[in-house]
Amino acid sequence: MISIQQQDFDVGAEYNALAGQDTRSGAVVTFVGRVRDLNLTREVLGLQVEHYPGMTEKSLQAIVDEACARWPINRHKIIHRIGDLHLGDNIVFVGVASAHREDAFAAVEFLMDYLKTRAPFWKKELTTEGNHWIDAQEKDAKAATRW
Amino acid sequence: MVTILFFARLREQLSCEKTQLEITAPATIGHVRDLLILKNPHWAEFLNSGSLLVALNQTMAKVSQIVSDGDELAFFPPVTGG
Repeated sequence: MISIQQQDFDVGAEYNALAGQDTRSGAVVTFVGRVRDLNLTREVLGLQVEHYPGMTEKSLQAIVDEACARWPINRHKIIHRIGDLHLGDNIVFVGVASAHREDAFAAVEFLMDYLKTRAPFWKKELTTEGNHWIDAQEKDAKAATRW
Repeated sequence: MVTILFFARLREQLSCEKTQLEITAPATIGHVRDLLILKNPHWAEFLNSGSLLVALNQTMAKVSQIVSDGDELAFFPPVTGG
């Protein structure tokens, strides 16, 4: 499942939904990305997340389809928040339920690497020194090439 | 008619989030970009940026791809979600 939303998410509830009554899944791996206090040297107050409605959902579905073709995934969930976020807020949730931990860990890392380089989201950082768009990072592009 | 969308930093640089162009003959995405610059010369430095990404009908595309009437085109900077 994929959800683009303004509201926060409940990690416990998401875990329960992934685990459910499904006894096939011996491993549930979840990742949460949050708004952190320092980026480079600037003190961050919050973030604005913009996206491309329609393409966002399509591109995330394509990424999920690719992950499902590579690993035996029983259940998955991606949540990405949009709009105004504050320090410490959750931004993104990626969870995968699979029979074994190797597959679940790999699938979550893959989903995050691809989400960061292929899904049309853009972050604007609100700092004590003004607001500015975050630049894409070389390390993220590199991380996505390892798959 | 082709609809063209701009996002994030590019949207702010152009002060434009959406425009439309009449395409009378088959054109590549690169041609459409040139037409936009012809109409708005001050967009050149932003639309010619080598790092810009482009999507055709909400799928990542190359500038050599052909645009047809009714298509949705989007230009945007490298993505920074997650």
